[in-house]
Amino acid sequence: MLENIRLAFQGIWSHKMRSFLTMLGIIIGIASIISIVSTIKGTSEQIKEQLIGAGNNAVDVLLYDGSAEYDASWGMTTAALPQITEEQKDKILRLDNVENATFFYGRGYSENIYYMDQSMQGGKVYGVDENYLDTCGYVIQAGRGFVRADYENYRKVVLLDEEAAGSLFKDEMPLGKTIEIMGEPFVVVGIYTRAETFQPIINNYEEYYSYYGDAGAGTLLLPSSDWPIIYKYDEAENAIVRASTTEAMTKVGDRAAKILNEAIPEESTQIKYKANNNLKTVEDQQKLSESTNGQLLWIASISLLVGGIGVMNIMLVSVTERTSEIGLKKAIGARKNRILFQFLTEAAVLTSLGGVAGVISGIVMANVISRMADIPIAISIPAIIASVGFSMVIGIVFGLLPSFKAANLNPIDALRRD
Amino acid sequence: MILELKSIYKEYQQGKLVVPVLKHVDFSMEEGEYTAIMGPSGSGKTTLMNIIGCLDKATSGEFYMDGQDVNKCSENEMSDLRLRKLGFVFQSFHLLPKQTALENVEMPLNYAGVPRKARKEIAFRALERVGLAERVDFKPNQLSGGQMQRVAIARAMVNDPKILLADEPTGALDTKSSQQVMDLFQKLNEEGVTILMITHDPEIAQYAGRTVLIRDGELMEKGGSDGEKA
Ligand SMILES: Nc1ncnc2c1ncn2[C@@H]1O[C@H](COP(=O)(O)OP(=O)(O)OP(=O)(O)O)[C@@H](O)[C@H]1O
Ligand SMILES: [Mg+2]
Repeated sequence: MLENIRLAFQGIWSHKMRSFLTMLGIIIGIASIISIVSTIKGTSEQIKEQLIGAGNNAVDVLLYDGSAEYDASWGMTTAALPQITEEQKDKILRLDNVENATFFYGRGYSENIYYMDQSMQGGKVYGVDENYLDTCGYVIQAGRGFVRADYENYRKVVLLDEEAAGSLFKDEMPLGKTIEIMGEPFVVVGIYTRAETFQPIINNYEEYYSYYGDAGAGTLLLPSSDWPIIYKYDEAENAIVRASTTEAMTKVGDRAAKILNEAIPEESTQIKYKANNNLKTVEDQQKLSESTNGQLLWIASISLLVGGIGVMNIMLVSVTERTSEIGLKKAIGARKNRILFQFLTEAAVLTSLGGVAGVISGIVMANVISRMADIPIAISIPAIIASVGFSMVIGIVFGLLPSFKAANLNPIDALRRD
Repeated sequence: MILELKSIYKEYQQGKLVVPVLKHVDFSMEEGEYTAIMGPSGSGKTTLMNIIGCLDKATSGEFYMDGQDVNKCSENEMSDLRLRKLGFVFQSFHLLPKQTALENVEMPLNYAGVPRKARKEIAFRALERVGLAERVDFKPNQLSGGQMQRVAIARAMVNDPKILLADEPTGALDTKSSQQVMDLFQKLNEEGVTILMITHDPEIAQYAGRTVLIRDGELMEKGGSDGEKA
């Protein structure tokens, strides 16, 4: 066997140009497959990362007014808004696969926020509980977070994210400064940011666009107990639930929504809590990109098939050319199977080499595509192994006919030709 | 008797015609004999040698090699006979052009399953014996015709076969190289190798202890009453 492989390499090397042309079909086929698979996987992982937040697994459970998210900024509905009770919160926190949950009031678009003569338009203001930062994967970057006493004493304190800090304070250190929200003074006690270990945590499309699009004016967090001071009593709360695994996100989100909806009177069909099913969105997106590229894969496979036929063609020619070599080998005592295996090995080595060359050019191609089209790529090791294995199989399958032809040559006829 | 052929009949299909090439040939050789076959072109010399060389089967007749009934052998058994008991030398050498002299000589050892290191060793000694120790790494196109034929002889003898079959071994060589090849055959025969050689050259046939003639598919011993008609 090893001897055959050595001989095969020798044969391939001594006909460099022809071997290369024989392999070309395989190289092109494998290269396209590798580059397609790499871009599929890269795109897929990018979508997942952007929507799920690379391991954060947080699910928004938001109040909907019809098909739109309810937002108190616009005061859209006249229906009675549900209030989330302590029992409901407890129930959600005790759900299986729930790591943490937070409940908060919010304004998606807030005016009347000032520091000295600097105003901030269109920022988000949330009234949050103590779990908020942890559940969403934020950490305090400077200053401190909220403590129990802030809630108990209705302290007018505020946390800013980096953007809010940037838009209110140009050159100053925000910590300890007093800003004005809806006419009330709040002291900045901390700046929060996304936890280091997470990529941008994007929990829904809207955030996705606000994050990557024209960055908003930023977000301000208040202790939830302060909410009625600047806004209204009995406003509706939203929830964010963090699941322990990505797979559990859908289930956890749906269960939490169900618990929250228990408090909503039967007759209200308009107002409902819904879990933003990011996992589902991700999967849909991934399926879409995979099916498009799956068709490309078929085309690439056809080019592999054509490559295989090319290998067969050239091997048939090579068997005819090497008739005298084959005849001689049989005359000096090589059994039929030895000749068969010699040619099969040659075909398999040839196409495997083509496969390896294809993998290398595929990776190069994928990188070029990634640079030019700004698409992320992920090199798939199983795809590489499968490609080389598949090339070898192509060599064996398409090498069978020429090899049988060689093995069955009559040595007398073979030797007669000079 | 190392070779024993009885009433060997061989016919070939040529288009719609069936042509008899060997007509009930009886032929035998003792171990250690050195025989030349002569005869006009197309008389069936190569055909007979192919049958003896287990490359072809007779249409009818009996053939025993070293006591073994060759007619009963399978294809693989015939391959093994060629590998172990027979060595071939051809007019046109049939060396593999991409391989060195040593690699060409190694080939039968490879099929015999000799490990790589031993193979090199044995092949080298075989080349040494034909006087080509300095040429082991030469490719065939770097060798003269006579040297190529000596490489071919080394290859034929590397598995220590009992019988050497040579089809016009000097047909493509000049007098001096032919002389060297004949000297080698002489030496091998003295070592006990049975040699059967086809030749057109009566001078070459002189080296053999016995000469047989084939004409129109029939075989006769030379030296007999009507032997000189060729
Ligand atoms: N495979 C074959 N099919 C048909 N006819 C064949 C075949 N092989 C040989 N013959 C015929 O058999 C006859 C004898 O051929 P063979 O090769 O044995 O002659 P030869 O004595 O070796 O001649 P030469 O001295 O020219 O080599 C020839 O007429 C040839 O045409
Ligand atoms: Mg002949």
